[in-house]
Amino acid sequence: MTDVPVITAPAEKGRSLWADAWGRLKANRAALWSAYYLVFMALLCVFGPWFTPHQFTTIYQDYNRVPPSLSAYPRPDMIDLAVKDAVQRARVQLAGWEEKDGKIFITITSAKPIDERMTRYIDRSSVFEETQVAEKSSDGLKLVMSTSVERQYFFFGTDNSGRDMLTRTLMAGRVSLAIGLLAGLVAVVIGVLYGASAGFIGGKTDEIMMRIVDVLYALPFIFFVIMLVVFFGRNFVLMFLAVGAVLWLDMARIVRGQALSIKRQEYVQAAEALGVNRWGILLRHIVPNLLGPVVIYMTLLVPQVIILESFLSYLGLGVQEPMSSWGVMISQGAKNMPFANWLIIIPSFFLTTTLFALNFIGDGLRDALDPKDR
Amino acid sequence: MLRYVLRRFLTAIPTLFVIVTIAFFLMRVAPGGPFNQEKGLNPVIKANLERIFHLDEPLWRQYVHYLQNLLRGDFGPSYNLPDFTVAELFKSGLPVSLQLGAMALTLALVIGSALGIWAALRQNRLTDYAVVAVATVGSTIPTFVIAPLFQLFFALTLHWFPVGGWGGGAFINKVGPVLTLTLPQLAIVARLMRGSMIESLHAHHIRTARALGLSDYSVVIRHALRGALLPIVSYAGPAAAALLTGSVIVETIFSIPGVGRYFVEAALNRDYTLVMGTVVLIAIFTVLFNLIVDILYAVIDPRVRYD
Repeated sequence: MTDVPVITAPAEKGRSLWADAWGRLKANRAALWSAYYLVFMALLCVFGPWFTPHQFTTIYQDYNRVPPSLSAYPRPDMIDLAVKDAVQRARVQLAGWEEKDGKIFITITSAKPIDERMTRYIDRSSVFEETQVAEKSSDGLKLVMSTSVERQYFFFGTDNSGRDMLTRTLMAGRVSLAIGLLAGLVAVVIGVLYGASAGFIGGKTDEIMMRIVDVLYALPFIFFVIMLVVFFGRNFVLMFLAVGAVLWLDMARIVRGQALSIKRQEYVQAAEALGVNRWGILLRHIVPNLLGPVVIYMTLLVPQVIILESFLSYLGLGVQEPMSSWGVMISQGAKNMPFANWLIIIPSFFLTTTLFALNFIGDGLRDALDPKDR
Repeated sequence: MLRYVLRRFLTAIPTLFVIVTIAFFLMRVAPGGPFNQEKGLNPVIKANLERIFHLDEPLWRQYVHYLQNLLRGDFGPSYNLPDFTVAELFKSGLPVSLQLGAMALTLALVIGSALGIWAALRQNRLTDYAVVAVATVGSTIPTFVIAPLFQLFFALTLHWFPVGGWGGGAFINKVGPVLTLTLPQLAIVARLMRGSMIESLHAHHIRTARALGLSDYSVVIRHALRGALLPIVSYAGPAAAALLTGSVIVETIFSIPGVGRYFVEAALNRDYTLVMGTVVLIAIFTVLFNLIVDILYAVIDPRVRYD
């Protein structure tokens, strides 16, 4: 790997573990592209919803489950449907409609004189806007209204209730990523503190602390999560805590094992012999050496958290409407699969690619930081 | 050997006891109860129901009562499915879950190991990359994504398989659930097997075996595989326990009448006995398979002794 050191060569600047690891991580193209992708996805989800043409809660009644399209809605046949729909709601007869100079002219008739406020019925449809009376017959039984078509873009289509899928997917991404990060952090903090304490104190305390972990392991995981959700209610923030509180077990085991082995390393003994106090050893020797596995495990933990959150949301225990997460969207998509496959394909794509990216980064970090590999 | 097995069985009892205790009290301190429905039950009826099921007694007595019944093999009645006892629900659901789980486990172990060995023998070649890619895909995509997508493509679009249902155990109904259960496990087994096989092939005794002129088959299957099996075995134990006791997601999505789907529903409905029964069931399977793993360890690696 490295050249045989020549004693006469000028002293090379020493490279720290982290600089070394960074160099190797950069050489790993899959990990690097995954990192770019993840940053892109995070920026997209955080800032995207402000730039999409729709709000994530706005319901477009006339656009239930319209398929993704790059061209604007409404389609010509939808105008006809929307006209008929609106006129029927107004309880008048439709005499016909035509398109002229980019405007729609709707002619209606009725047995009773028509109120001019009738235009509101047309405006109420999400297809039309700025409806005005163009012509009124002298007896008031016939009315021609001019209206313009409101162009809408639904690049990812709309969902069951006519909400824009693009905005919703990005909003859901915000939630999923935020939960992943936050709950991952909670799990890491608990796990590191618990594992490190057990590893350091050792002896009986270690024994008891690890038995507790064993018992928690043997309890069905789902049961534990459901109980936590039941206790905390379906609260958004507490969800993070519940999910994080369940996932710390692996972390605790890994950290304890590491702490136990580091404690017996020669450099720690050397430091002890030199009279470095406990805190000094902890901060200077143990923590930096623990950091590698912790970082690796955390990157692998985040996708686990996202999966778990999605799983809970899938069961209806997680994020509640009108908020959404990728798990919620997938479960709603699964219900509407036969009529609208984009409802499941789009969130599935976002979720899976993000999980892939996270896994590649985790693998890349493991390769970069694992001292065995050198 | 027999003494070892027996002693392991005895040490499993306190573990089971602790699990049952934690689950029992955790379930009971959770707000709500099995008869707190949204519509609100007539208080007299509710009191009567609670008396019948001993829910009005102090908690410790209920606990002792439950333990006594459990020792006699009585899981009690289900509160929310009042026509069934928990044992009856298990009797009808467990064979279904066991069947699917066993099929998925076998497939995952056999195909996963084969792929892993194959990849290890061709390390850093196209086959290896292909296997690693498949393994990454399989272990990353969650079940609740695979299952609906399977339904979408193979059932709704191509009409090869039914969308769901058990169909009295017809083979064609099992394809979807078994494949969905298998894929993630297969991916993990393949990954593990590849890693441990590569390590095992670099061991000194393998070099010796090759130097002695043993055939490739003999080197790989008789010598290298033995050393490489240990991580697979320790992974397969808990995985088997999880697969055989049914998966909530797969059973719900494919409408399979197994035991996996009871758990979440029962916990949410505070169906105490059903939840406890499921916890006990899963714990027993976990303990049992951990025991099998330990025994297999000793069989595979003679350095491990029963003591």
